[in-house]
This record gives sequence, structure tokens and C-alpha cells, in this order.
Amino acid sequence: MRNHDRIKAFFTLLPSIVLLAVFVYGFIGNTFWISLTDWGGVAALAEEPVRNYAGFANYAELFAGFLGGSFRQDLVNAVFYSVSLLAGAIGIGLVLAILLDNKPCGEALFRTVFLYPMALSFIVTGTIWRWMLAPQGGVNILPTYAGGQPLRFRWLSSTDTVLQFDWQNLLEIVCFLLAAILIVWGFWLLREQPRKAAIRLLLPGVVLGGGTWLWGDLLPRALFMEEMHGLNLATLGIILATVWQYSGYTMALYLAGFTGISQDLRDAAMLDGAGATAYYRHIALPMVRPITISAVIILSHISLKMFDLIFAMTGPDNGATGHPALNMYLTTFRANEFARGAAIAIVLFLIAATFIIPYLISSYRQRRGGR
Amino acid sequence: MTRKITLSTLALYAVLILLAAAYLLPAWLTVITSLKTPAEISLPRSWELPATLNLGSFVDAFHLLRPNIVNSLVLTVCATLLSTVLGSLNGYVFAKWKFPGSEILFTLFLFGMFIPYQVILIPLFHTLRAMNLYGGLPGLILAHVVYGLPITSLIFRNFYAQIPDSLMESATLDGAGFYAIYFRIIFPLSIPGFVVTSLWQFTQIWNEFLWGICLTRHTANPITVGLAQLAGGQAVSWNLPMAGSIMAALPVLLIYILLGRYFIRGLLAGSVKE
Repeated sequence: MRNHDRIKAFFTLLPSIVLLAVFVYGFIGNTFWISLTDWGGVAALAEEPVRNYAGFANYAELFAGFLGGSFRQDLVNAVFYSVSLLAGAIGIGLVLAILLDNKPCGEALFRTVFLYPMALSFIVTGTIWRWMLAPQGGVNILPTYAGGQPLRFRWLSSTDTVLQFDWQNLLEIVCFLLAAILIVWGFWLLREQPRKAAIRLLLPGVVLGGGTWLWGDLLPRALFMEEMHGLNLATLGIILATVWQYSGYTMALYLAGFTGISQDLRDAAMLDGAGATAYYRHIALPMVRPITISAVIILSHISLKMFDLIFAMTGPDNGATGHPALNMYLTTFRANEFARGAAIAIVLFLIAATFIIPYLISSYRQRRGGR
Repeated sequence: MTRKITLSTLALYAVLILLAAAYLLPAWLTVITSLKTPAEISLPRSWELPATLNLGSFVDAFHLLRPNIVNSLVLTVCATLLSTVLGSLNGYVFAKWKFPGSEILFTLFLFGMFIPYQVILIPLFHTLRAMNLYGGLPGLILAHVVYGLPITSLIFRNFYAQIPDSLMESATLDGAGFYAIYFRIIFPLSIPGFVVTSLWQFTQIWNEFLWGICLTRHTANPITVGLAQLAGGQAVSWNLPMAGSIMAALPVLLIYILLGRYFIRGLLAGSVKE
């Protein structure tokens, strides 16, 4: 191909390169810089606002300061929210996909019904579900139509908290969680790779867990005062609405994966005497593992930036269902605390980056390797 | 043997129908509530059919939301057109005119799709203010076009990767250059790509809320912001928000029901790995 065509190709791309360089990378850098200042307060929107370098003071305030308590609860909410959304949407989506993979009559109709919530905006979903979850109506009175007692749960206004822990002990809890993950993972691999499972996973897991149990008191306190956080039950309604909206999406992903498995392979497995359970467990599910990874990435990304749905369901000022993304909006655009808002945004960005960057690198390697 | 199969088939249908009913419950509640008069709406009777059909809520909601619907239409059509056309050109370069570093550049493009948009919101807000674009539709269109580039480029790149290189080579031998190949060969083949991408962008932009509320003044609020204001507050009579929800959802729902195949292809394109 001729050279001046290559130059034309590059110049066609150039406007997009410049726009993304500025609007994505430049802006992320700018937000980080803002988060290191003290920009905020009444004169924040003046023509020449006063901005002094403040180091990591905003981050210190968020994680260890007196006023950062609501942000820390938001962060805890976001963790529970992400985990429940992943479990719910992937679990239900997988079940729906396996059911529809049997090719029942009306498959297209069922698929449409399970997927239509994806077409709605979060504001529409939130408005509808706020009405669905009204305490004396909607979901709560559904059991009466089957002859049962109405539910009494106050979905969005409950003030109950379960799984409480003291933020002071955060380091210990993180160590225990890591140990538990290592041990469970170790047992998972024990049959296939006993050596690797025992040495690399089970042993460190037990050492870490036991060490924390014995000498956990020596770990530094994460906060200077006691501060209880936990799973606010009011977030259950938001989780329910999100699972309703996104389980059809994971279903569509898995269904595309299952359809991609050739009928020959399926027939061969059935001939070998594999039942439906064995087929999905040993053949279909391992083959759609890349889809599970994609679903985890996309759903985590969605749960990290969740803003609209909570805004529509409980309003922006409901502390019990708070989320860092919502907190960022309130801090920045209601209170004009730009530096503090930028710090929250950077925290969200860093959490997202820890799984997005490896994902993009591996898909980059795959593209290079594939061609 | 036959009996066993019928039993499990029956169970399959029973489960599917139950699940489908559960998924449709919110839609059912929305429709019946929107058709009731405010006086008829009460919590204990929320699942019951309206006594008489009352279309007044739709008239009222349309009256309230009309400026927002107009804003959203202008915003969505402009931003979808621009980002789709740019995405097509980018995808053409990324798929057919690879240069050293183009794969890395493409990965850097994709990164823009996965950032939580909160992280660019403050500079975006101040940049638009400095450019005198804050508050109106042009600024919002600009934001949607720029941050739509990663996904549109991705869908078109994957689409064009399926067009055989031999077509390109024969055209090159005939003396066609960069743009001639695009307009004579690539563009005529990319109608499905344009349908998938523009439907996807239309859906995303129509449903977007964060920028709508942070970057526009009242007169330029899109439909999502209008609906949030209509439904917000404590003492709402629920017929109005429900009618508004149906109106806000209808354009995208219609696309989904009529052109579901293309909608799902856009959905699947969002997962980067093929």
C-alpha cells in the first residue's frame, strides 16, 4: 500500500486521538492534580479560584479523618453491592441461559422477556422499583395473592445493619478475607493440582489466617476511633432492581457462548454418556470462561459507577444507601468541594483500574497472538 | 422413557413461565398504575386493574416532559450520528490500515470506555464552562461524541476485520486510494455495522443521566433528568411518574422489540474479547 495512503489513514485517526488524549488521559491527570489541592468552598466557582497544594490531605481525610465516615460507609456499601450484583446477575443469568439452551418453543419470546429490562434507563428502573418496593404495597403484598402473609420489610428505608465490623480492625479483616480466599481456592484446586494447591494456596492461607488470629493485635489500627460499618439492609432493594435489570444481559452473553459450542461436541459428549449436568459442568462452562470474565469486568464497572439508580430509588441524600459515585456528585456539585470530590473520583478510578488494566492487556496480547 | 422426558419438559416450561412472569411484574405494575386516576391509586390495591381507563396521566406527563423529550431527541440524534461516523472511520483504520503501534493505540482507546466517568467529570465541567458550552446541548453532544468513540471504534473495527483483505488488495491494484476504498467497498458493506452502532449509541445516550444532570441547565435537561425531577420528592402521585417512565422508555423499548437482533449484537460487542 502506498505511503501517502498510510499518512491519510493516520490523519483520519488524528482528531480522535487528540480528543481522547485530552478528554480521557488529560482529564484523569487533571482530576488527580485537583485532588491534591484544597480547591473548594464558597469561592470555588470564582473566575480565578484559590487553589493551594495540599498533598494527600483529602485522601487522608476520606480514609482516616473524622468527616470521612460517610465515605467509608459508602465504600463498604459499594463492596457489598458489587459482590451481590456479581453473584446475583451471573448466577441467575447462567440459569436462564441453561434453561433457554434447551431450545424450548417460544425461546425467542422468553429471551425478549428476560432481556427487556436492559433497554431501560436506570432512572426508569429506579422509578418503577421505588413503587414496587413501597412498604405497604408492591412486592410486599404479593404473598397475599398466594394466601400468605404480607411482608413487613421496609425495603428502601430500613435502618438495620448486618455483618457489622469496626473500621479500626480493617487490616485484620482484610488478612482474614485473604486467608479465606486462599484456603477456598486451594480446596478448589486440590483434586486437579494437589501439589500446587497445597504449597501455593493452602499453606500460605493457613499461615496468614493463623498469624492474624494469634498476632492480629499487633497490626496498626486503621482509624483513631471506633467506627462501625456493615451491610445496610436498605441497599437490598437497590441490589434487587439491578439484578432484575442485568441478569438478562449475562443470560445473553452466556447464550451466545453456548450457541458457539458446536453441536458435534455436544452430541459427542452425550454419546459418551454425559448427562445434562455433566455436559454443562465439564464442557460448556469451562468453554465459556472468557465470557464469565467479561461479565465480571462489565458488571463490576457498572456497580462501581452506580449513580442514577440510587438517585432515582432513594434520592441523593439517603445515607443508608450511599455510594461513592453519589457521594462524589454531592461533594462536587452540591457542596462545591472540588478537591474532595476529585479525590473520591480518583479512588473509584483506581479500584476500576485494578481490574480493567489487566483485562485490556490480556485482550491486547490475545489480539497480537491471534493475528 | 417418554414419560420422564415429558416430566422434565413440563418442569422446564413451568420454571420458564414463572420466571418470565416475575420479570414482567414491574412492567405490569407500571402500566396499570399509569392508567389509574390518582384517587384510585392505593398501596394495598396496587396490583389491581384500574376500574376505568384513564389516559389523562399520559397527557399530563407529556405536557410536563415535552421540553425534555425534544432536548433528548436533538441530543441523541446529533451525538449518535457524529460518533457513529467517526467510529466507522476509526474502525476502518484500525482494522485495515494497521501501522506500528496501532494495536496499542486501540487498547488506549478502549480504556476510555471502562473508566468510571466521575473521574473526568470535574475537568469536563470546567472545560465546558471555559469554552462557553456549559449548560446547553452542544456541550452535552460533545461529551457524548468523545466518550462514545471507544465503543463505536470497537464495534466497527471488529465488523471490518471480517471483510476479507483480498477485496482491499484488488481495489488497491485498480488504483483506489484510502478514501476510494472506504467509499466504494467498505462503506456499502457496513450498513449492518451502522445499524448496530447507531442503535447502541442511541440507547446509551437516550438513557444517560450523570452528564445530563451535571452539565446542563434546566432548559437543556434531557428526558432522564426530567423524569427524575417528575418522580422525585416524597408526596408523588404515582400515576404521573409511571406514565413518564413509559414515555421515557418507549423509544428504546421499540428499538429493542423491533430490531432486537441488532440491539443484542451491540450488547455483545461491549465485551471486548471475541
